[in-house]
Amino acid sequence: MAGIFSYGVYIPLWRLSRDTIAAAWGRHSFGGERSVANHDEDTVTMAVEAVFDCLVGTDRDSVDGLYFASTTEPFQEKQCSALVAAASDLKSESITADHSNSLRAGTIALRAALDAVNSGSAQSIVVTASDCRLAYPRSDYEQSFGDAAVAVLVSNLGKPIVTVEASYSISNEMYDVWRLDKDIYVQSWEDRFIIEHGYTENTYKAISGLMKKQNLSAEAISKVVLYASSVRAQQQLARRLGFDPKTQLQDLLIGNLGICGCAHALLMLVAALEEAKTGDRLLLASYGDGSDAFLLQVTGEVDKIKQGRRGVKGSLASKKSLPSYERYLSYRGLLEPQPGEPFRLFPSASVSWRERNSSIRLHGSKCKSCGLITFPIQRVCYKCQAKDNYEEVRLSDKKGRVFTFSLDNLAGRGDDPVIPQIIVESELENARIYSMMTDCDTSEVKIGMPVEMTFRRIYEGAGMYNYFWKCRPLR
Amino acid sequence: MESIKDKVAIVGMGCSKFGERWDAGLDDLAIEAAYEAYEDAGIDLSDIQACWFGTVTQPVTGIGATHAAGPLKLHSIPMTRVENWCATGHEALRNACFGVACGMYDIVLALGVEKLKDTGFPGLGTGRGMDPVLEARRTAPGAFALIATRYFYTYGLSPEEGKTTIGKIAVKNHYNGSLCPKAHFRNKITLEQVLNAPIIAWPLGLFDCCGNSDGAAAAILVPASQANKFRDDPVYIKGLGLAFDSLIPHTRPQFDWLTWDSLVNSSHQAYEQAGIRNPREELDIAVVHDCFSITELAIYENFGFSPRGKAKEDIDAGFFELSGGLPVNTDGGLKCFGHPIGASGLRMTYEVYKQIQGKAQLPERQLKEVKLGLSHTFGGPPQVSAVAILGARLG
Repeated sequence: MAGIFSYGVYIPLWRLSRDTIAAAWGRHSFGGERSVANHDEDTVTMAVEAVFDCLVGTDRDSVDGLYFASTTEPFQEKQCSALVAAASDLKSESITADHSNSLRAGTIALRAALDAVNSGSAQSIVVTASDCRLAYPRSDYEQSFGDAAVAVLVSNLGKPIVTVEASYSISNEMYDVWRLDKDIYVQSWEDRFIIEHGYTENTYKAISGLMKKQNLSAEAISKVVLYASSVRAQQQLARRLGFDPKTQLQDLLIGNLGICGCAHALLMLVAALEEAKTGDRLLLASYGDGSDAFLLQVTGEVDKIKQGRRGVKGSLASKKSLPSYERYLSYRGLLEPQPGEPFRLFPSASVSWRERNSSIRLHGSKCKSCGLITFPIQRVCYKCQAKDNYEEVRLSDKKGRVFTFSLDNLAGRGDDPVIPQIIVESELENARIYSMMTDCDTSEVKIGMPVEMTFRRIYEGAGMYNYFWKCRPLR
Repeated sequence: MESIKDKVAIVGMGCSKFGERWDAGLDDLAIEAAYEAYEDAGIDLSDIQACWFGTVTQPVTGIGATHAAGPLKLHSIPMTRVENWCATGHEALRNACFGVACGMYDIVLALGVEKLKDTGFPGLGTGRGMDPVLEARRTAPGAFALIATRYFYTYGLSPEEGKTTIGKIAVKNHYNGSLCPKAHFRNKITLEQVLNAPIIAWPLGLFDCCGNSDGAAAAILVPASQANKFRDDPVYIKGLGLAFDSLIPHTRPQFDWLTWDSLVNSSHQAYEQAGIRNPREELDIAVVHDCFSITELAIYENFGFSPRGKAKEDIDAGFFELSGGLPVNTDGGLKCFGHPIGASGLRMTYEVYKQIQGKAQLPERQLKEVKLGLSHTFGGPPQVSAVAILGARLG
């Protein structure tokens, strides 16, 4: 039987206080803060981070595929899962699929992965869900949304941390929240209609259907991981289903994160697993164009994976405040500051393709004659001049230290003009990587500072997004 | 392998006014420098048998040598465009020397021109490099500032001490530039101004960075044996060096950011050809690639002007000032004379040539008894270094 073997989470470093948003418009603040993706992040880069967190301690070659879920993927035509799989350094013989359009896409992908493993077409699939939805400036959603990604490893190889006992799904056609193919911002109908006939009605059906099918009473559930767009809607539904909101309801994570689209239900599941005990029975329910409900059982393996990954708890604790609302608008491309220095290079599809192992997988070369490791891949060894005698090694999951740096005031964007240029000395044989640093306070950059690598969108040009790795202070 | 020493002589040189030459296009700059060189050599354009032309910024100048051939009316002779990052001016000089030394030509023009100020922005832009991914968002100041950070760290200089040390180089070069009528910047500055200036790429501030200028420089080369037919005081080529580092030294394993292979090897090639054993003692002048103040410091130590880690002592002692033991960048350097990329190698050579002849513009900056001098450019991320050594006499 397929189960969940691991989880990983990525929450961007930057948080925007809701008071700051409210003050910009002279509105009431919901209090707390929301996560905001940096200008060099999108749902693909966030998913890569979540997958790395999820695959700590897992042999990449044991993974047979990757499912990517998002309502805000950077491409209309071009598969995100293939890019996430490559950046995550999964083998090329992988099953990849994108799940999109619905706020339920995360749990839809989870179900598809469970089905694939249970059917025997794969043994191990990473499911990642990532969202970065845009709300109209001044809207309530602008305060309540957040940006994040999550990943879970679905497999049947060994002992899972969670077994999946049963599931139940409801499909529903209505306009509650939506975006047309030409829309930038999330549209919605009146809130009371959405809650009553959309969220409550459908999620109730899915959960009660599941409990009836499994012949369970509300008391049998240790924790209800119940997605909702607001705390009020969540608590009302929980009560209607007979759960005690005080003891049985998993926190909605809205206070200091925000509702993170199709990633949110799985983010809440990870938060629940971080607190779960052996034998706990969890009920997971998502919502969006219907509802998916899953009955899960926590095994004794859960404690083993709580260490060594960031998860929700670690990701929430690692944060910096975005200095202004304008910065948020500019990061999302909603406000155009004065351009920085002209940029003279354009992406080339054929160059990117030829150099994909260095630039997307962050592979270096290890000389088979003398053992020297270099980045990017070198055909002729620096040290012993052996030609074409190397194996590729992954540098993306290795930490490093700043060997030297500069803080370039000319190279940056109008809204973030200072680019820390960094020579990274990797912990892997001191290989050198030349990269920019992101997610940092530039005044804290020092020689010897520990860093880790992070996949980012570097720039846009020639109709393409160009991705490469940067470094950042350890989170 | 033969040496280039004493095979070729420079019998005429020209250098345009450097600066923000809104009034002049690439053609005007080329004419300004070339005609000064013709006049200096006592020749006219019909005497030129071949030309090597160096320029870098292709978007403005187009490709090939046509943009110099056209205005100079060099229609009926071989003309070659060369480009080798900031070493482009020296590359024009080197190849012209070889054209003469092999006996193919008797009168050759080496020309370097750069028109930077037609782009609409003050710097060189970002992402000029080699790779659409690895080189993204790199500027020249950001790239060279990496050297300063590591140097300060290695030798235990606090940011203040480090910035003060390299700041003195900027003060020196501004003083020298103030005495040079053709220089882009002619203002003297104080150390306090340097230290308080806005940061361009930490730890480099505004005055640590050279000017972005328009300009051109030219040389007329002939076989050494024929030099005295043109003038009594020709200047002889004693050595030419050129060396590279890896494509991006930044990722070369174990690179310490102190010892630059291209600097060491290019200078050694030239020293060996010229028979120089102790450059600190034997050279009378050096005009080197101070694109940033830290670059000049790195050159002191990689060229053997100062022992490793001891440049600070020489800087503090004024060893490289006009009155010091080895005056460096007597015309203000790239810092003040300006850095129109393709012209710089020839502009530096122009200064050494004039100083050797005792003909520096304005007597107060003329050095005494200059017999042997060096010009040098260093470019790329950086990776390429070119050196020319010139002497007053044969032998």
